[in-house]
Amino acid sequence: MWMEIGTISNIPKLGARVVKSAGGDIAVFRTADDEIFALYDSCPHNGGALSQGIVHGKAVACPLHNWNIDLVTGDVLGPDNGCSRTIAVSVNDEMIRLQIPDVKATGTNG
Amino acid sequence: MKQQLVIIGNGMAGMRTVEEILKKDADLYDITVFGAEPRENYNRIMLSPVLSGEKTYDEIIINTREWYRDNAITLHAGDAVIAIDKAAKTVTAASGLRVPYDKLIFATGSDPFIIPVPGKDLDGVVTFRDMDDVDQMLAAAKSGGRAVVIGGGLLGLEAAVGLKANGMDVTVVHLMDTLMERQLDEAASYLLVSELESRGLKVLTGANTKAILGDGKVSGLELDDGRTLDCSLVVMAVGIKPNVTLAREVGLDIGRGVQVDDLLRTSAPDIFAVGECVEHRGATYGLVAPLFEMGKILGASLTGDADASFAGSVTSTKLKVTGVDVFSAGDFSGGEGTEDIVFRDGARGVYKRLVLRDDKIEGAVLYGDAADGAWYVQMMKDGVNISDLRDTLVFGQAYAGGTQADPKAAVMALADDAEICGCNGICKSDIVTAITENGLTSLDEVKAHTKASASCGGCSGLVEQLLAVTLGDGYEAQTVKPMCGCTDWGHDDVRRLIVAKDMKSIPEVMQELEWTTPNGCSSCRPALNYYLLCAWPATYVDDNQSRFINERVHANIQKDGTFSVVPRMFGGMTNAAELRAIADVVDKFAIPAVKVTGGQRIDLFGITKEQLPAVWADLNDAGMVSGHAYGKSLRTVKTCAGSTWCRFGTQDAIDMGIKLEQMTWGSWTPHKFKMAVSGCPRNCAEATIKDFGVIAVDSGYELSVGGNGGIVVRVTDFLCKVDTEAEVLEYAGAYMQLYREEARYLERTAPWVERVGLEHVTARIVDDEPGRKELHARFLASQEALQEDPWAARAQGTKDNHEFTPLKIVA
Repeated sequence: MWMEIGTISNIPKLGARVVKSAGGDIAVFRTADDEIFALYDSCPHNGGALSQGIVHGKAVACPLHNWNIDLVTGDVLGPDNGCSRTIAVSVNDEMIRLQIPDVKATGTNG
Repeated sequence: MKQQLVIIGNGMAGMRTVEEILKKDADLYDITVFGAEPRENYNRIMLSPVLSGEKTYDEIIINTREWYRDNAITLHAGDAVIAIDKAAKTVTAASGLRVPYDKLIFATGSDPFIIPVPGKDLDGVVTFRDMDDVDQMLAAAKSGGRAVVIGGGLLGLEAAVGLKANGMDVTVVHLMDTLMERQLDEAASYLLVSELESRGLKVLTGANTKAILGDGKVSGLELDDGRTLDCSLVVMAVGIKPNVTLAREVGLDIGRGVQVDDLLRTSAPDIFAVGECVEHRGATYGLVAPLFEMGKILGASLTGDADASFAGSVTSTKLKVTGVDVFSAGDFSGGEGTEDIVFRDGARGVYKRLVLRDDKIEGAVLYGDAADGAWYVQMMKDGVNISDLRDTLVFGQAYAGGTQADPKAAVMALADDAEICGCNGICKSDIVTAITENGLTSLDEVKAHTKASASCGGCSGLVEQLLAVTLGDGYEAQTVKPMCGCTDWGHDDVRRLIVAKDMKSIPEVMQELEWTTPNGCSSCRPALNYYLLCAWPATYVDDNQSRFINERVHANIQKDGTFSVVPRMFGGMTNAAELRAIADVVDKFAIPAVKVTGGQRIDLFGITKEQLPAVWADLNDAGMVSGHAYGKSLRTVKTCAGSTWCRFGTQDAIDMGIKLEQMTWGSWTPHKFKMAVSGCPRNCAEATIKDFGVIAVDSGYELSVGGNGGIVVRVTDFLCKVDTEAEVLEYAGAYMQLYREEARYLERTAPWVERVGLEHVTARIVDDEPGRKELHARFLASQEALQEDPWAARAQGTKDNHEFTPLKIVA
C-alpha cells in the first residue's frame, strides 16, 4: 500500500527520519543529491537503528558497529555480509510515498 | 694522519659532497664545515612549502646536528669564512677562528639578485633565499595587507602563492610577457596565469618596476608605465647570481661564477668548487639536480675515483605549488628542424608539448598532468629514438608500445639505469639494490638509505611502486596512512592544509584535496568536522550530519536503540535538590535503570529518543546541564574528598576539580578526555590513569598526562609540579589545546603522547612559557565561542526537532 509520509525537506540532507509502522520502524534516507531511499530500520548485524547512522554516498554506516549498508539494495557492503529489507519509494513534487507492506515478513532477506 | 678537508658553505651542494665522501671513504678526511647561516643543513628548495604552511622547518632539515656529530664533522654554523691564506693553506672565519686545510671546497651558493631601483633598501623589501627571508615574510603576513612579488619565475610564483596562503593580497609583477618564460611556453603560461588568478592572485606581465616607494618603510611600488601599486611588502625574486665575493678576493678565476674544470677544480691548487657558485663550461646552474650531480662527482673524485667527471646536465623543473602540476625540461624553444607534438584537454586544464628533433625528444612542457616528466627526461638524456613510440608518446609511459596503464608494469619495465630521483641522481638499480640488500620496506627507509625522493618528493610515487615491485606481497602501503579510503592524505596533512589553505567547510576540503568519494564516509566526515571546528572555533558551522549519533542527539545510544542520559555534576559534587530532580525524572518517565558511573556521575538508562527533550527540560529546570558522557569531549573531572574533609588531604581537591571542570566542560577533543584531582598522593581519585591527572602534595600540585584505564592500561607520565590552582588551570588548558590541535581524530592522549613523545609535550607545555600561555589563550577563546549546554535549545524545541520526532506514524 503506497502512503504519503512527508516531503524531502522534512529530512536533513545526508540524514534520515523514522516512519513508525505496524511492521516495524522504517528508516527513510536523503542523500546529498536529494535521492530518497527506505529500509527497515534494523542492521542485519545486531539490529542497530540505521536511521541513526551517518549517510554517505548511497550508503549508511550503522551507529552500533559501523557496518555499511547500501541504500539501493539493502546489501551490506564488504567485508561483512547480510542484507536489510528495502521499501519501495516514489517521489513526486517533493512528496515522498512509501510502499509499506501490510505485515513485515522478516527483518532480513539476505 | 687524516687530511683536513674544509667546506665553505653548509648548503645542499656542499653537504651532498660530504655525504658522498662519507659513503665512499669515511676515514679519509677530518671534515670542517663553515656556514653563514646559524642553522643545520636544510632543504632550500622546500622553503616554499614552509612559507605556505604545508611543511615546518623541522621537516625540511636534511642533516641534523646529531648527523654532524655522529660523522665527526665539525660544524661552525653562523660563522662565515672571511679570508683564505693560500700559501699557508688556512681559512679564517668572522669569529677569528683559523683552520688549516689540505683540500678546500667552495660551496658558497648564490645571492638573490637585487634590482637597482630607488627604494630597494627600504624596510619591507625582502628576497626569497633562506629561512630568515621566510620568517620575515611570515611576520609581515601576520598583519595582512598587500604584497607585491617582483619576478614571475619559479621562486617568485612560489613566494606569491605562499603569501596568499598566509592571507595577503598578492600581485605578481613580471618583466616578460609570459610567466616562467625560461621553463614554460606561452600556452602553459596562459594556463598558469588563469589558475593563479582563480586563486585570487593578480598577475601583471610586461611590467617593469621603476621604483619602490616609501619613507623608511615600503608603502608602494611604481611601474615605468606610471601605475602605482599600494603594498607593505615587496619580495624580490628576479633571479640569483653566484656568490663569488670571497673567491674573487682570494684571486680565483671568476667568470659569471667560480670557474671550474670537469673535475670541479678551480684555478688554485687543492681548491674546488661545487653548486650554484660555479661556472662550468660557460654555464651556471640554479636547480638542485645538477648541483647534486656536481657534489656526487666531487665526492667521488676526492675519494680516489679517477673516472668521476662532470659534463654538464639536462635540467628539468617542477613548480612546487600544491594543486598546480607544471613540469618542463630541455629546450622547447622549437625552431627550424624541430617538430611539436601537442596534447590539450581544455576541460581538465591539461597541456603537454613535446619538442622533437631527428626523432629524439629535445624538450618537454607539461601542465596539469606532469606524471610522465621523469620518463621524458630519461629518454632525452639517453637520446632514445622515439619513432616507434611516436603515436602514443604524448599520452605517457603507461601507453608506450600499446601496453595498458599498469603503473607497476611500467616501473618494472624501466631499465636499471633509468633515473628515478632527478634531484639526487638516483637510478632504479640503486634503489632496488638498497631495498634488497638492506631489507628496506618503507618509503622513509629508502629515503634514508638512498636519498631518493628526499628532496622535492616528486618521485615518491615511483619509489613506492619500486618497493611494491621489488617486495611483491611483502610491501604494505605507504608510510603516511591515509585518513580513510576516500583520500590519500593522512590526518596530519589534512589538518595542516585546512589551516594553510584557509579551508572552511567539509565540501571545500573534499574538493581541494580531491576526495575520491562524493561526500566522504563515516570515518573521515566526523574527523573533518572536528578538525574544522578546532581550527575555526568562532566561525565554523558545525555539520550535524557529520557527527556520530551520540553527538548529534547528545545522549548515548544503547544496544536496543534507547539512550542514556548523564547530567553534569561538576567535580562529582551534587546536592539534595539535584538528586530530588533526578528522582522525579526517573519516576515521571519510568526510567528503567539508574547507575552511578566510574566518573562519579549518575546515568539514566533506557530513555527513548522521543523522550529526550522532555527529560532534559526537567534536568535543566533543576540547574543541571549536559554531562557530555557521549562525546569526543571533556567527560568528567573526578575528585576525592580532599583537605575539606579528609584527614590526609593536603589541598582542596574538590574545589580544584570543580574549577577545572567549569573551565573545560563543553570542549570538543579528538577523543574523550578525562581528568581527576586527588588531594594527596594516596590518589583516591585515580588521577594516574586519566588523560590529565592532578595529585596534590603539601607544596602544590603534581601534574601528569597520557593515562588510560581502558583496554590497555597506561599510567600517566609525570609532567611537572606547580604551586597554585591558577597554574593548574593554565597547564590543563594548554595541554588540552595542544592535544586538540595535534592529535589525530579518535586518538586518545595515551597513544598520542607515546607517538609524539613526552619530551615534545614537556617542551611545549613546561619549558615554553609564552607558548603555553598562547595555547591556554586559544583554549579559552575556543571555549568562549563553543561552551554551551546543548540540551537547552533542544529541550526548548528550538533546535533539531526532526531528530526527536518520527517523520510519520502509520497505523
